[in-house]
Amino acid sequence: MSDAVWVLGTSMTRFGRYPELDAVDLASRACMDAMADGGVTIHDMDVIGAGTLFQSQTGMGQRVQKQIGQTGIPVFNVTNACATGATAIRTVYLSIKAGEAQMGLAFGVEQMGKMGLLRGGAKAEEKVFEAAGRYGAVTGVDGILGTETMPGVFAQAGMEYACDYDGVGFEQFARVAYKNHQHSTLNPLAQYRKEFSMEEIMGSPVQSYPNTLLMCCPTGDGAAAVVLVSEERLRSMPTEAQRRAVKISASVLTSDPWVESGQVQPDVNTLTRNAAAQAYETAGIGPKDLDLVELHDCFATAELIHYDNLGLCESGGAGEFIDSGGPFRDGRTPVNVSGGLISKGHPIGATGVANVYEVTTHLRGEAGDRQIEGAKVGLTHVIGLGSACGIHILEKATV
Amino acid sequence: MTQEATEAVEVPTQLPIVDYLRIGDDPHLAANECAGCQARYFDRRNACARCGKEEFRSVRIVDDATLRSFSVVYRAAPGIPVPYVSAIVLTDDGTSVRANVVGLEDPMKAELGMRLRFTTFNCGTDDNGTDCVAFGYAAA
Repeated sequence: MSDAVWVLGTSMTRFGRYPELDAVDLASRACMDAMADGGVTIHDMDVIGAGTLFQSQTGMGQRVQKQIGQTGIPVFNVTNACATGATAIRTVYLSIKAGEAQMGLAFGVEQMGKMGLLRGGAKAEEKVFEAAGRYGAVTGVDGILGTETMPGVFAQAGMEYACDYDGVGFEQFARVAYKNHQHSTLNPLAQYRKEFSMEEIMGSPVQSYPNTLLMCCPTGDGAAAVVLVSEERLRSMPTEAQRRAVKISASVLTSDPWVESGQVQPDVNTLTRNAAAQAYETAGIGPKDLDLVELHDCFATAELIHYDNLGLCESGGAGEFIDSGGPFRDGRTPVNVSGGLISKGHPIGATGVANVYEVTTHLRGEAGDRQIEGAKVGLTHVIGLGSACGIHILEKATV
Repeated sequence: MTQEATEAVEVPTQLPIVDYLRIGDDPHLAANECAGCQARYFDRRNACARCGKEEFRSVRIVDDATLRSFSVVYRAAPGIPVPYVSAIVLTDDGTSVRANVVGLEDPMKAELGMRLRFTTFNCGTDDNGTDCVAFGYAAA
């Protein structure tokens, strides 16, 4: 019998804003629905992986247990920037791989509300300049020595690609957002479900050129959960559960290796390339085998460079790939048919679990209006700055 | 009262915004270069992130550079003037630097690959009258 790990059940809340609820409510809803989806209960769980970024010191896993069942099992509370959710999944995956658990629950949750611009501090008026920190800075440097804000950092990541390769510019980046907004209209769980024209996207207020407002993901609230199960335990379950189960063919987490420019600009490329290479080798498949991809489009400029990092296009060909319609839902490799972070939303801790929910739902043939017909293999990808990259390759069951 | 307490504290007329900016008659950037693999760092490091060696020497970064990437920032935290051109430049000795491109009449005129040259400017004065000196890159 193989030692594969499977997704048995999954769920997510609609992403959006829930001022009347708290993060524990959202996570509990997603967890209970994921267990019900898998036909199991909290009493079947051997381990919990709990992911949240902004409430990472609150014991989120245990707080959720108090709502869904305190059975005394180990809880791993994890945080890994925007890769937090994927890290929670990988924690449970490793527990099952290690033989310490047969079944486990992984969830991610965030309640951000209208948080606005992430990173980049307000300028304080110093009374007396005094050197502090590892750079000996006497004042805040955001806006004086470049930008620390996320739209700007990811704009620069995209513009570096544009510097290296032809056929990439404002229009190509905007087309990414056009696609994802369009895709989101079919997803009832997306935070926003409105299609915009290229003119509207390119004409919306510039945040950090080339990223306009409609090319940036919103902040928001939401939760997602998965139940993972060992091959051995799965084979003891009803045929219908086995038919709906989705195989995790690869689960990879990488950090950023040293590169020359990495000390001044986060490198989101190398660790993605390394993770993709590991994932494809482990799963024994290549990028051409993928029927759909959910990747980390926190900004339009980010999605474009990951076409290349994940091998979805020829080297340097990301501009041509989007221009030719390759990542649209009727294209060669549909990317972010959920609407992506740009329109589905990005409650940070939930994101890496929600993209596993999305791909699983397509592989089961249960994605409704947005279903990619005949999908058998999918890939999920998240990046957390600092940096961490999580990739999962999922395959449809052949039972 | 001790002798130390009665001595007047000498207030500097200028301070660099970060300690890797060297000011005075010959302003320039200086990096901590690994003695083992020549990897360069602007911050204090315990060991080299590339090779693990613990010895570093200070090296001067050349002034001439090329614009490798940029973003024109229109939305920033309160108190930060916008728009400005945030940039990643590659100096002619192969060191990446994050800074603003300064002196452009229209920030949207920034172009990938444009030639740049290191410059300094005053970015504020504290209650002691000390000026803060920052650096940027201007079109060459």
